[in-house]
Amino acid sequence: MLEAVWLIPALPLAGFLTLIVFGRRLGEPFAGWLATSAVGASFLATLVVFVGLLNEQPEERFFLQRLFTWVPAGSFSVDVGFFVDPLAITMCLFITGVGTLIHLYSVGYMHGDPNFSKFFLYLNAFAASMLLLVLGDNLLLTFLGWEGVGACSYLLISFWFTDESNASAGKKAFVTNRIGDFGFMLATFAVFSQLGSIRYADVLTGQLSSGWATVIVLLFLLGAAGKSAQIPLFVWLPDAMAGPTPVSALIHAATMVTSGVYLLTRLNPVLAQADAWATGLIAWVGVITALVAALAAVVQNDIKKVLAYSTISQLGYLFLAVGVGGYIPAIFHMVTHAFFKALLFLGSGSVIHGLHDEQDMRRMGGLAKLLPITAGTFIIGWLAIAGVPPFSGFWSKDEILLAAWNHPSGGFVLWLLGLITALLTAFYMTRQVILTFFGRTRFFDPTQEEVDIAFAGLVGAAQAEVDKAEAALETARDAVDKAQIDVAKRQQAVNEAAETLSAAQAAVAASSPDADGYDKLVKAVDKADKAVPKAAGNLEKAQAKLVVAEAALSDAEAQVLVAIDAATAAAADTSRVPMVPQHVTAFSERVDVAEFADRLPDSYRSRQEYHPHESPWTMTVPLIALAGLAAVGGGLNLPFTHDLHFLGNWLEPSLFGNEAHGGAGAGTKWVLAIIAITIGLAGVVAAFAVYLRRKADPAVVENPRLGLAIDYDHALARFVGGPGTKLFDRVAWFDRTFIDGAVNGMASAVSGVGERLRVLQPGLIRNYALGISLGTGFVALWFLLRLWEVGS
Amino acid sequence: MMLAAETTPFALLPALILIPIITAVILALLPASRHDYLKLVALGGSSVAGAFAVYALAAFDKADGGLQFVTRSTWVADLGLSWFLGLDGISLFLVVLTGILFPIAILATEPHHDPKPYYIWLMILMAGSFGVFMALDLLLFFLFFEVVLVPMYFLIGGWGHGRRIYAALKFFIYTMAGSALMLVGIVSLAFLTARNTGQPLTFDVTVLAEAQALSTTAQRLIFLSFALAFAVKVPLFPLHTWLPDAHTEAPTAGSVILAGVMLKLGTYGYIRFGVYLFPQAAHDLAPIFLTLGTIGIVYGAVAATVQKDLKRLVAYSSVAHLGFIILGVFSLTTQGIQGGVLQMVNHGISTGALFILVGWIYERRHTRQIAELGGLQKSAPVMAAAFTLVMFSSIGLPGLNGFTGEFLILLGGFNGARWWTVVAVSGVILAALYLLWAYQRVFHGEATGENADMRDLQWSEGLAILPLLVLIVFMGVYPKPVLERIEPAVDELLLHVAANVEGFEEPEPQAPAQPAGVTELTEALEKGEAHAEDHGDDADHQDEGDHSETDAVEGEG
Repeated sequence: MLEAVWLIPALPLAGFLTLIVFGRRLGEPFAGWLATSAVGASFLATLVVFVGLLNEQPEERFFLQRLFTWVPAGSFSVDVGFFVDPLAITMCLFITGVGTLIHLYSVGYMHGDPNFSKFFLYLNAFAASMLLLVLGDNLLLTFLGWEGVGACSYLLISFWFTDESNASAGKKAFVTNRIGDFGFMLATFAVFSQLGSIRYADVLTGQLSSGWATVIVLLFLLGAAGKSAQIPLFVWLPDAMAGPTPVSALIHAATMVTSGVYLLTRLNPVLAQADAWATGLIAWVGVITALVAALAAVVQNDIKKVLAYSTISQLGYLFLAVGVGGYIPAIFHMVTHAFFKALLFLGSGSVIHGLHDEQDMRRMGGLAKLLPITAGTFIIGWLAIAGVPPFSGFWSKDEILLAAWNHPSGGFVLWLLGLITALLTAFYMTRQVILTFFGRTRFFDPTQEEVDIAFAGLVGAAQAEVDKAEAALETARDAVDKAQIDVAKRQQAVNEAAETLSAAQAAVAASSPDADGYDKLVKAVDKADKAVPKAAGNLEKAQAKLVVAEAALSDAEAQVLVAIDAATAAAADTSRVPMVPQHVTAFSERVDVAEFADRLPDSYRSRQEYHPHESPWTMTVPLIALAGLAAVGGGLNLPFTHDLHFLGNWLEPSLFGNEAHGGAGAGTKWVLAIIAITIGLAGVVAAFAVYLRRKADPAVVENPRLGLAIDYDHALARFVGGPGTKLFDRVAWFDRTFIDGAVNGMASAVSGVGERLRVLQPGLIRNYALGISLGTGFVALWFLLRLWEVGS
Repeated sequence: MMLAAETTPFALLPALILIPIITAVILALLPASRHDYLKLVALGGSSVAGAFAVYALAAFDKADGGLQFVTRSTWVADLGLSWFLGLDGISLFLVVLTGILFPIAILATEPHHDPKPYYIWLMILMAGSFGVFMALDLLLFFLFFEVVLVPMYFLIGGWGHGRRIYAALKFFIYTMAGSALMLVGIVSLAFLTARNTGQPLTFDVTVLAEAQALSTTAQRLIFLSFALAFAVKVPLFPLHTWLPDAHTEAPTAGSVILAGVMLKLGTYGYIRFGVYLFPQAAHDLAPIFLTLGTIGIVYGAVAATVQKDLKRLVAYSSVAHLGFIILGVFSLTTQGIQGGVLQMVNHGISTGALFILVGWIYERRHTRQIAELGGLQKSAPVMAAAFTLVMFSSIGLPGLNGFTGEFLILLGGFNGARWWTVVAVSGVILAALYLLWAYQRVFHGEATGENADMRDLQWSEGLAILPLLVLIVFMGVYPKPVLERIEPAVDELLLHVAANVEGFEEPEPQAPAQPAGVTELTEALEKGEAHAEDHGDDADHQDEGDHSETDAVEGEG
């Protein structure tokens, strides 16, 4: 049965190779089903090997399988071969088990993606690499898996590559991990230089000086800190959330990121030979990472970022456990964490899927009614991670805290910091559950962006009024002008009539009544006399019109002023803009946009039409299965009697007696457990008080100063983008100016001499050639003379 | 280096040189107007030569660390000049690499004008490249070493881009300047050896290496005269600045051959004509080369990161990769030198493939400026996939070819040159940085304008690059056939060094001070071994002797 071990990585590998060739032709959903069955079959193979190991006596639960010699070089030689022991098989079980569920989930989650089959291709490649990592019979094969999972992680984070930020996140993950790989590689070289072999069979039984063991442990710690996202290399993991959510669940929560912990556990005999401060450093790195990341999780609003920082924090717990020699608690918590964190990530993916890609928890709330299965399973995950008995997380976390307590140096402080982390964990997870699933559904609320658009619409309307008033003003002005012209014209007519009259009268006076045409003249006087009052009447009318027009003008002017005032007021009075709260509680009220509700943009309108929905069965079945595991996973290793210590007894042979067995008596254990429960519940209650009962302002709780980890990330980014880039540019500049410049300079200097000697036709290139040749000739001559001197 | 008996029924090695020359003659006779025939003939000739090279690989006796397929005849007796060709595990793979890269380079690219002289130059270059790796007479080697410059000069100057004349001349003069001193060194070495031993004048490398008849100072000076020529070729910092210019301006085939084959003249030279001829000097002066190599690793990578021209970026990455090879060679350890030889081959494959891909991008987009490219993964997913694989190989991802060589170099380096190695390992971080960043800017993001319509790989192009992709995977997964042929030659070389350098002992890892106590693990493993034996593993057990732990187990297994 044990011989089946090669099938464990070979099956996903075969899936990967099949998908390379036929992936596109298979398409959706068959590519997904193929990949899922490959990992599922690998799980069955793992079960077979597991049963095979169970059939052996505990101390004989080791098995080697060599396939072929991989890299032979002188005294160095490694095989592609597998090292099977309880630790490796434990890892394989949860990798393939959780992996199968996540593959299944992805069939639903990736529905409709144009690169559906490519996604599963990468996912199978990841599973194969991860299994090689844990099954490899030497450090180099582990490193192959180690880099393989890193490469898959890179490909999957930047899966939606058209978005630059996804591409950057992928690159950041790979490069940061490479810094850790620097440590891994040097550690491997150091192991070879000291033991002459890097096979686990030799490494685990080899004798190292404590100095070398310390160096090796520190170098591996660097490698592990990269892969498992610990201080100072954790910065890639929050960004890695850019990948599709199943990737976050599988790679960046359940499996790959635990590789560092696996590696350190695998090498427990080396850790045992190192100076105590080196393992102590592991514990301190872990506990500080756990604390800092938990603080950062409190201030996150992105549902996945909370879980990302939470993962970093939980991985810190695992490092703490390894550092204090608690390998069994570390693996125990690794397994339970794989259950509940994969569950939480998949749950968040289901929420995101159901809410049309919304990731901001401030825009969730009340989803328990809309996504009941997701909510129910998520709540189980929450209870598990918050440390509420009897859910799985409680048991494993409690063992880690106990192991920290038992540590001879600094144990109390480690325990206390771990406890504070537990408090924070319960708090931020409760906050997440409340904000996501309870209270008022904020999904339909207008966003600040939409409010801003609507308000801008309002200001725009006032401005339109101004424009209208101004247009009216213009019309009124035109009317006045016209009236004035009319008045002037009428005035003219009056004057002309008067003149005509006086001219007619003069003509009458100059004439005599008996003269010819006197009658005509008299008639003309009459006519002119009649025209004068008519013209005067017209003038009066025109003047009256002018008065009216002038009145209208001053009216319009006033209206413009009013409109401008209104518009200015509208634009200036931003206090009228409702602010969507940055810090919300379950019952944060919907912003009041009554004043400009009809001006909200289409995005708002279409959201009102959208129905948040529960996910398809391919997604909910894995949720339910993981919820079951997260609920009862604690049963793997119950503390009550030695016989119930299933996982511990099972792992014993892999630990070579290096597991620290603490001094705390049964009474102390009970007290510690009760303290842990109390602290966990305190976190839950505090979050209820703030986010459900609104006893405190969430803005105060979510103090940006808690985000130390985020500040560090930003500072690092600023350094890389600023002085770092500048330094690199400086090197390129140096290369152009000095190194290449010296060469060109020498050439032109020599050719300059040549030119003065007028030996050559002008022409830079020829001069250059001659210059170099002459120079070389002189050096060669000197060299020859010198050589002859020495030789003789 | 011992001479093995002639094993082939015909003169294999002269044939390798002759076939491309005959092809060149045929090409010269063809009318210049028949473009299609010209390419076909060049491809055919280089493929036949390549097939012979692969035959040499198949016929090579892997257990023999000495020279094979030896051809020797006196040429000019008075001058001690002989026509002396041979292959050992160190040169074998460089010859095979030459035989593979030329047909691929010819298949994958087109000259844009004057195909006739273009292919003729390529064929002469191929003959010269074969010759330079097989020549074991110093003057003959020098002849080939110089001969390869001429066709490359004309290829860059005639078919290159932009500042091609400047680049070609810079390349030519740089290399000439380096090799002029080497000629002085060659002559001095032969004359001094003849005088000090009283033997007739000879340029035979094996004789000169066995004689070791020079004073320490003379050996150092002559070694340095060789080393300078090779340093230009590699190129070692600070003599590297011809490389970015030559690579960038060369036509694609020129870049492929330049990076894939010609840079190896330097590193190969350091092994064959540096360490082998002057073991004492190489040993004493190793720190200089370790330092320059390590500077090259970091400096080349940093400079590559900020390049704006994609081809220049690949060129600078070569400076870094070749630095690793120098580190391996001068660590004077089995793993280091084996890794170095392997890495020469790997670099030829990976960088050759990178240049071909960059060339194809240039053909389509008429630009190499990274800033003008973007989002190509959308328009050309197959090309992006090929590029990703080659990139991972160049980054040194385990399971692909680039890693195996790099790992062995660093593994050996850690024992032979520890602190240099610690610095050199940082090169693996930088390699990821500059390649992934370049990939992101060229292939990720939203494709706009001409980038959106870029044509993906065609079938013919896919077929041209496929052999390189297959080799990238094969040599990463199963490098054993290559390594086991390199190893005997490297062992002989190190024995030679040990015999001629006082107090030299190969820096080996410490064996465990004492076998660890027999634990339950050992017992269980014993059982596992028994299982493994039963179930037909093909593991190579002959080298298990070093592992005291498993040795005991296997003895009973």
